[in-house]
Amino acid sequence: MQSQQPFNIIILGTGGQGQITLLQILAKAAMTAGLDIKTSELHGLSQRGGSVEVHIKFGKEVHSPLIKQGGADLVIAQEIQEALKGCYFSSKEKTNFIINDLLIPIPGEKNIGKEYILQTIKNFSKETILIPAQDICQQKLGTSVTAGVFLIAFASYKKLIPLEPEIIKKALKQVLPQKYLKINLDTLNLVREEVDTNLP
Amino acid sequence: MESDLLKTKNQKSLLLGNEAIIRGALESGVQFVSTYPGTPASEIGNIFYRIAQKQGVYFEFSTNEKVAMEAAAGASFSGLRSLVAMKNFGLNVASDFLYPLLYTGVPKGMVIVVADDPSCWSSAQSEDNSRWHDLKAKIPTLEPSTPQECKDFVKIAFELSEKFKTPVMIRETTRVAHQSAPVILGNIPKKSKKEALFVKNPDMYSTMAPRVFKMKKELLDKIKNIEKIVEKSPLNFVKNQNSKSKKIGAIASGVSYLYLLEALENLNIKIPILKLGFFYPLPEKKIKNFIKNLDQVLIIEELEPFLEKEIERLAKDVNPKLKINGKNLLPEIGELKPEYIILALSKILKVKPDFDYQNHLKKVQEINLPKRNPQLCPGCPYHIVFSTIKKLSSKNTVIGGEIGCYMLATYPPYEIQDYLYCMGSDISIAHGIKKATKNKQKVIAFIGDSSFFHAGIPALVNTVYNNSNPLIIILNNSTTAMTGHQPYPGDVGINIENVVRACGVKNVKTLDQTNIKEFEDTVKDFLEKDEVSVIIATKPCIFVNKK
Repeated sequence: MQSQQPFNIIILGTGGQGQITLLQILAKAAMTAGLDIKTSELHGLSQRGGSVEVHIKFGKEVHSPLIKQGGADLVIAQEIQEALKGCYFSSKEKTNFIINDLLIPIPGEKNIGKEYILQTIKNFSKETILIPAQDICQQKLGTSVTAGVFLIAFASYKKLIPLEPEIIKKALKQVLPQKYLKINLDTLNLVREEVDTNLP
Repeated sequence: MESDLLKTKNQKSLLLGNEAIIRGALESGVQFVSTYPGTPASEIGNIFYRIAQKQGVYFEFSTNEKVAMEAAAGASFSGLRSLVAMKNFGLNVASDFLYPLLYTGVPKGMVIVVADDPSCWSSAQSEDNSRWHDLKAKIPTLEPSTPQECKDFVKIAFELSEKFKTPVMIRETTRVAHQSAPVILGNIPKKSKKEALFVKNPDMYSTMAPRVFKMKKELLDKIKNIEKIVEKSPLNFVKNQNSKSKKIGAIASGVSYLYLLEALENLNIKIPILKLGFFYPLPEKKIKNFIKNLDQVLIIEELEPFLEKEIERLAKDVNPKLKINGKNLLPEIGELKPEYIILALSKILKVKPDFDYQNHLKKVQEINLPKRNPQLCPGCPYHIVFSTIKKLSSKNTVIGGEIGCYMLATYPPYEIQDYLYCMGSDISIAHGIKKATKNKQKVIAFIGDSSFFHAGIPALVNTVYNNSNPLIIILNNSTTAMTGHQPYPGDVGINIENVVRACGVKNVKTLDQTNIKEFEDTVKDFLEKDEVSVIIATKPCIFVNKK
């Protein structure tokens, strides 16, 4: 990394989508790259199917574990409505959004329309990429559990994160239990193929 | 991760603040650890539960925080280094014991870890600030900012504890406890083979008048001696002493210090900073020295203006004209964020912020954000309980809850919770309502299994002793679910129905609530009883068998 300022990522989703695992993968990858890191996560009540927001920052020297308002370089949303929560941390000048095209309804609430979401985020982002990660993983790998890893691998291949795919691969091996490793490495390969062919 | 936590000396590991506290305790040769689960302190217990045996450490989940602290003190009295961990509310529960414990002191290192939760991310009940216990209990307290400091401060805390024969507290907040960063590891020593022994010394341990007044004098003297150490402690230091700005400074501690560094970096400005790691007793001379030549100071702290009040007091002596900024620019409600410090500093320093925060915020506030409340898990056995009670209770029926997954009865689709306080409270409140309303209203009180053992039993005895008739539903899901499925006293066969009967309750029924007819009939029947009645709903948490 060239810049003195840390690289700031917000990961959003709902409880149970594995945000903390994604955070650990990115943090390990940054550590392998020899960078300083700070992350912030929440446990307990907030995990019971509620909204989950984790912060990860890496660079030469990182102070605050929280990303400031308008300070995110990248927002990764595992659910499309939750992506809206990234706007607080984003700005048109620097922030890219990668959004999983998946809607998890909120009991008793009306779904927020995709049009509205994308239109709103446009005002807070440099580039917004919507990917049906859930569907692609389900179709090509027979399971959607690795949709989150798909998103971070995508960010890496598209150079939207200053961490090479090889480093992400190493981090997967460090963080994931043996029994889940293969499917995640397959996901990484799948992203490489898709980026070359089908994806935006 | 545990493998990172247990790596060998001199390696660098990515650890959460709470994991770093565990590592610090292991590097200090801790021998006895106790806790009651409570987020944001939970991981300390969860991880010790898994690793303690292999590490040669005694570990227990105690029935509540007061019991946990007393047990840890007993271990220290017997010559073992002990650590007890809890969340802020737990310290309130334990405080009845904490205050006299400071009078007597401890012969062997004892560290109390307390985790506060500004913004109530994992808390109901209140936005509690444990700093006030420092003053009242006179407990030496360290406040780490980073995981590295979490580890290092625990080691320092054990040393201080033994040097001054006093328990020492580590106060962290959510953003320290659940912050991860690289930590350089130290050595985990071999376990001491020395046998523990309680050496009798009633003069030390019996807090009876008139001895208690001498104890208080000894405590005050001890704090005076610690004050001397604090003045020289490297945990309190001045940063940017030689910056160009000499008239405006800032004082911070814990995670607020990190936000301050972030803010200054974003504003591309340097001002002198006094960082307080050793938080109680405060280094008064060092503070006076820091503020005496300033025109303005910014005190950066979450929740109440604890430090601000202390600095106002100290400024009277050395710099009465000092403009003290704190809660005039920063909120007293909710946690701080880096941008709050940026805005406060830009006001004081009269510089333009690095970003148009206000305009940006205005635009963000116009967004229709998803409102996703925490939910009971699909298949949770509480669903049936709440839907049945909602169906069977009249508009006039009062329904009380307390701390556990069942507090989610507050949210849609149930919305049946009429009050919520601390553990054990809803049975006693139900009793009070019953007595006050002379039985005109029916009252149903929910309590979890772990909460029942924590603080419910004395309240239940009170309903029998003072004769009132609420219906109490004990939700026995066979675990401490909300905080991460920790074990509970039921695991060793303590039968809740036997306990309830032994308290003198006659109307008791243990049932599986998925047998809806039996559950409904029992609720209807018990609501008409003249004496207290208890239903124990035994369907386990869906995660119990997956453990």
